[in-house]
Amino acid sequence: MQISRDILTRSYRAMRTIRDFEERLHVEFATGEIPGFVHLYCGEEASGVGVCAHLSDTDTIASTHRGHGHCIAKGVAVDGMMAEIYGRQTGVCRGKGGSMHIADLSLGMLGANGIVGGGPPLICGAALSHKLLKDNGVAVAFYGDGASNEGSTLESLNLATVWQLPAVFVVEDNGYGEATGASYACAGTQKDRAAGFGMPYFECDGTDFFAVYETAGEAIAHARSGKGPAMLHVHLSRWYGHFEGDAMTYRAEGEVAKERAEHDCLVNFRKHVTEISLLEASALDDIDAAVKSEIDAAVAAAKVAPLPEEADLMRDVYVSY
Amino acid sequence: MSRKSFRQAINEALRQEMRRDPRVILMGEDVAGGRGGTSGVKDAWGGVLGVTKGLLTEFGEDRVLDTPITEASYIGAAAGAAATGLRPVAELMFVDFVGCCLDQIMNQAAKFRYMFGGKARTPLVIRAMYGAGFNAAAQHSQALYPLFTHIPGLKVVVPSSPYEAKGLLIEAIRDDDPVIFLENKVMYDDEEDVPDEPYTIPFGEANLTREGDDVTIVAFGRMVNLANQAADRLEKDGISCTVIDPRTTSPLDTGTILDCVADTGRLVIVDESSPRCNLATDVAALVAEEAFDALKAPIRRVVPPHTPVPFATVLENLYMPSVEKIEAAVRSVAAYRVKEEA
Repeated sequence: MQISRDILTRSYRAMRTIRDFEERLHVEFATGEIPGFVHLYCGEEASGVGVCAHLSDTDTIASTHRGHGHCIAKGVAVDGMMAEIYGRQTGVCRGKGGSMHIADLSLGMLGANGIVGGGPPLICGAALSHKLLKDNGVAVAFYGDGASNEGSTLESLNLATVWQLPAVFVVEDNGYGEATGASYACAGTQKDRAAGFGMPYFECDGTDFFAVYETAGEAIAHARSGKGPAMLHVHLSRWYGHFEGDAMTYRAEGEVAKERAEHDCLVNFRKHVTEISLLEASALDDIDAAVKSEIDAAVAAAKVAPLPEEADLMRDVYVSY
Repeated sequence: MSRKSFRQAINEALRQEMRRDPRVILMGEDVAGGRGGTSGVKDAWGGVLGVTKGLLTEFGEDRVLDTPITEASYIGAAAGAAATGLRPVAELMFVDFVGCCLDQIMNQAAKFRYMFGGKARTPLVIRAMYGAGFNAAAQHSQALYPLFTHIPGLKVVVPSSPYEAKGLLIEAIRDDDPVIFLENKVMYDDEEDVPDEPYTIPFGEANLTREGDDVTIVAFGRMVNLANQAADRLEKDGISCTVIDPRTTSPLDTGTILDCVADTGRLVIVDESSPRCNLATDVAALVAEEAFDALKAPIRRVVPPHTPVPFATVLENLYMPSVEKIEAAVRSVAAYRVKEEA
């Protein structure tokens, strides 16, 4: 599959941005300065970026608790996200949503979601909008192996098929729903679930950008062509706990270290593109440096940004009331 | 102006708004009915009680969408569609079924605007039937408007007549926030004169169905009719009542309630929802806090007992607020005199 230099560059930058954003949050959260909870996407970058590389602002995605990566992949501004996570008035949601509710509807980002299985029904609705408004858009629900068992998700697979919606259901299967293994909690297979609803099924290694890009391209093209929904099952691994502070005592010693050593999407991407001369190492180095500056600036700005004011408490409950 | 039933008034509101705005769509279980059936008859039901009959014929299958019996997915889809450019009117059939999809209403639609920092609009209407009186028993008879009223981000409408239903439903469809529109299933055949042209009734503005000097009655939905019947009887005995129909429980027209209580000093609240944490307790708290000095008698609440809605007619009648119960409550507060201090 031919991938343009532009897409390769943007995708690498997005993956690098997610990685640095999350690694920095891991450090900053430990200082106690960040309120609430954060759920990090490290290790899963290629999935969100490989899927969103096929989407534009007129396409819609819905995300999960672990939503920072999807937001960045969909183009949400990093400085606004960081400020949001710090609970600042300059945040993308004015400090009213926090890590679990980052959204930017103007970019087709229908929100991270604090409810497991919250996104798939919403994506049916976004896909219905694309279909009836005839804007050629597709709607993509990202959800985890845990959410794949929710009734709302299974209902959505059915509804999307019944209504022949331009929707893609992306199961990001990192093997754990919180602290419980998918091997225990998921009966049957995702493939059989897709088949059960008469839906095309695609599967890929979610730590390999090129595999995700190619497979997601097929799934999204299917949905965009008006043939109904598709499922994309992405196998990946998260490098941190369910949330920051989770000691991951349910995972074998060395499991994460092995993933980091062998399945780092950024390392493998760099190796691949430089070996076959798609991009030069120097170009990637430049991106790394630029992203580091961007994240440094976002954190510095977030730490000194104004806090919400008392009037913000009552604002935006309703359009009018 | 012509005579229309509650059912016809709602149907007309939907039809006129769908003609006005192509983004308005309907979805729900059997809102048309008949898809996939062996007879080939489309629009077989037009809603389980015929409220949406004929809309499929006029607006087609893209805009009148039958759903599988899967409330979580289609109510969620309605929320998602509302946030992305459509103006869905989703029918939940019986409001009791909210148990299957509360997350999509409570955690998603209601909260988008606030948690996304004001960047979302969710012009969604969820219509549902509520209320006892049909021997429909515990899972098809509840009056769950307090549940929705409790949730910031939702607006809640409880129309009391065909005229009210049409104007309030058009307002709901044009509103940019999620609105829960609750139709008392016992009222579908009630008739009154309703304008043929579209009109709106603003939310949060109570209607005084009558004005009197002695007792204020606040009643919700169908209870407004019962309160008026009770007031008719009491009038003959020289007890004159103000009857307030708040129309919407969220927003609630607290100003009108407080003004009327200031005038009469006596308050009866009629609410057919379960008695704990319902609208009657809410209004009672409001008046106790804001109009304590005006009160000449204890506030009385005419509400059902704290039980599920029973099936047998004799028990359902015992359960429900009635004209007689309202009348007795009003008489008791009208007769109440503060004891003189010794």
